[in-house]
Amino acid sequence: MFTLSGPLAKSLITVAASAVVATSAFAQTDGESLTGDLRIFLDTSNPAPRATMEAMIAEFQEMNPELNIETNVIDREAYKTQIRNFLTANAPDVATWYAGNRMLPFVEAGLFEDVSDLWDDEMSEALASTKPSMTIDGAQWGVPYTYYQWGVYYREDIFADLGLGEPTTWDEFLNVINVLNENDIDPVTIGTKFLWTAGGWFDYLNLRQNGYEFHMDLTNGEVAWTDQRVRDTFARWGELLEADTFIDNHAAYSWQEALPFMVNGDAAMYLMGNFAVAPLREAGLSDDQIGFFQFPEITEGIPMAEDAPTDTFHIPAQAENKDNARAFLRFVASADVQSEINSGANLGQLPVNANSTVDDDKFLNEGFEMLSNASALAQFFDRDAPAEVAAAAMEGFQQFMVQPEQLDNILDRLERVRQRVNGG
Amino acid sequence: MTSSKSNRSYWKRNQIAITPWLFLLPAMIMFALYVVWPIVQSFNLSLYRWDGLGEARYIGMQNYEELWYDDAFYTSLWNNVLWLVLYLLAIPAGLLIAIFLNQNVRGIRIYKSLFFFPFVISQVVVGLVFTWFYDPSFGLLNIVLGWVGLGPIAVLANNEIATYGIIAAGLWPQTAYCMILYLTGLNAVDPEQIEAARLDGAKGGKMLWYVILPQLRPATFIAFVVTVIGALRSFDLVSIMTDGGPFGSTRVLAFYMFEVALSEYGFRMGYGAAIAVVLFLIMLIYISYFLIKMYRDERGV
Repeated sequence: MFTLSGPLAKSLITVAASAVVATSAFAQTDGESLTGDLRIFLDTSNPAPRATMEAMIAEFQEMNPELNIETNVIDREAYKTQIRNFLTANAPDVATWYAGNRMLPFVEAGLFEDVSDLWDDEMSEALASTKPSMTIDGAQWGVPYTYYQWGVYYREDIFADLGLGEPTTWDEFLNVINVLNENDIDPVTIGTKFLWTAGGWFDYLNLRQNGYEFHMDLTNGEVAWTDQRVRDTFARWGELLEADTFIDNHAAYSWQEALPFMVNGDAAMYLMGNFAVAPLREAGLSDDQIGFFQFPEITEGIPMAEDAPTDTFHIPAQAENKDNARAFLRFVASADVQSEINSGANLGQLPVNANSTVDDDKFLNEGFEMLSNASALAQFFDRDAPAEVAAAAMEGFQQFMVQPEQLDNILDRLERVRQRVNGG
Repeated sequence: MTSSKSNRSYWKRNQIAITPWLFLLPAMIMFALYVVWPIVQSFNLSLYRWDGLGEARYIGMQNYEELWYDDAFYTSLWNNVLWLVLYLLAIPAGLLIAIFLNQNVRGIRIYKSLFFFPFVISQVVVGLVFTWFYDPSFGLLNIVLGWVGLGPIAVLANNEIATYGIIAAGLWPQTAYCMILYLTGLNAVDPEQIEAARLDGAKGGKMLWYVILPQLRPATFIAFVVTVIGALRSFDLVSIMTDGGPFGSTRVLAFYMFEVALSEYGFRMGYGAAIAVVLFLIMLIYISYFLIKMYRDERGV
């Protein structure tokens, strides 16, 4: 469903040069202040994102003093179910959500407004990296405001002690794992209690083993789960299990509960999103102790695609003030605003707009560079695959990590789910 | 003369017949609206494929057919049976503690309160406490096991024993509940009968079995009912302690229904309704037994 729109690398970098020119284009051009109402529903309920969003909306209010803005911040988890209600009855004018297949049910049910008109050439260029994942049936259904990289966070000091470097190939990666094991350090920490963390491992193993196109075909249900290529990916995973890569009893932990292993130095690596950096720092690790590397190459020559979950703004189809909402979306997509809200003091993530500046943060810089050179961006397993498939598959991943001998059963089960979802 | 009789209003003529129905009416309306109608709706919904947003599509018995081949369903069903059977351990355990505490010592009220305490705290807290208790790296259980050279066991990460671990956590407050029921029951035991039994030479187990327990029958019945209900309400502990995992091995039917129909990756309303219908039919067996027993008991009196 999502096709890749050319190599991002060049477009991101070259466009960055003309930052100043493009920025002004996104700001409100007519100079006229908006009037009427604007109701905004947000899922940014954690303290820092909440403050960021409120400050951003306050700025929009300042630009449009006559606009009556009503903001409603809903708990992030509760939002995931509530959105189904408020999109069908009493819809706000703007609502946050996620890119990729995660927005498909709402698009199919006609609950999101087609905002392709906002995606003119300039915006398409500035937001090129995520345009494919905002596109369904050839139209765009929202604008992205932030994303973040996934990759391997590791204990740089432990690596240095053992004379290990950042692995770039599969063999080097396996070597790192062996050396860590020999020194009684669990190579990788993970908590699979809530399943999605295992989805990250599958994403990367599959992206590196079979490439982006195949990964997207698989998550879109176009390839059978019993396909040999899927088995190849699981074979790689099996190699990791055989090498005793992961901490014991990971099924008992959430992703936060798996952090202390790394903080205490009992484990050395963690495949995670950039949001893991904040708790690691809070737990007392300095930036000298935390390192980051891109997930190593597996099949030689396959372009490196990355996971970069994107958070987005949408206009519900039943919104009453769509003109104001469009102005707000244009505001949110602009380079300046995205630089500001994604800065280390605010969200601490990456701006999607290529003309934005990235805060001078070790991990944001590395992430920005990695995503800029990525051949393509996946959204993350549970956003790329339909919900039903995602639920069953991530459970299967967890089971595989505990009972690798059950692989055939797991794949058969997933194939049945795929066929049912496709048939429906 | 005859006219006077027919002149009596309809109300006057039928007052005696109608009044009871009028009194019943509010309850019947509520019952129909909030119990009967949802049951009918669930039956109906279970014949559709519906994500809660788009058009519901009629698919006949397909949801039930899928359920028939769904391993996760049988795991959940089996766990429900485990819960029902093992949860009943709370009754003898509660009885033992009640008998133990049924004495007059200084400060006995404090001890009773302490034993009753687990029932007062919320199930969510119980779940969290036991999650930490079982934790393989810092949990009390594994520290104690370590002293005797055993373990560590990751109770909640092991699909074979996780359910038993959760049931054990559930037994903690449930035992306290049964205990309090028996303590009240023991207060009502006739001292004269005990006296008489003692004169006849009964003591210990015989005294308990032939003299005390028969007098505790009402308490036992209530304890049985609330424990069975408690076992079917095991949702919160499962949700807090394992979230149904590892890989679905600790789900119970109620949790599976929630997961399928209402959780983050769910919204298969029809399938969820089909699970609800099956759960309802299973509970119907228990409810019928309960009703028949009540009916017989009433006739017996």
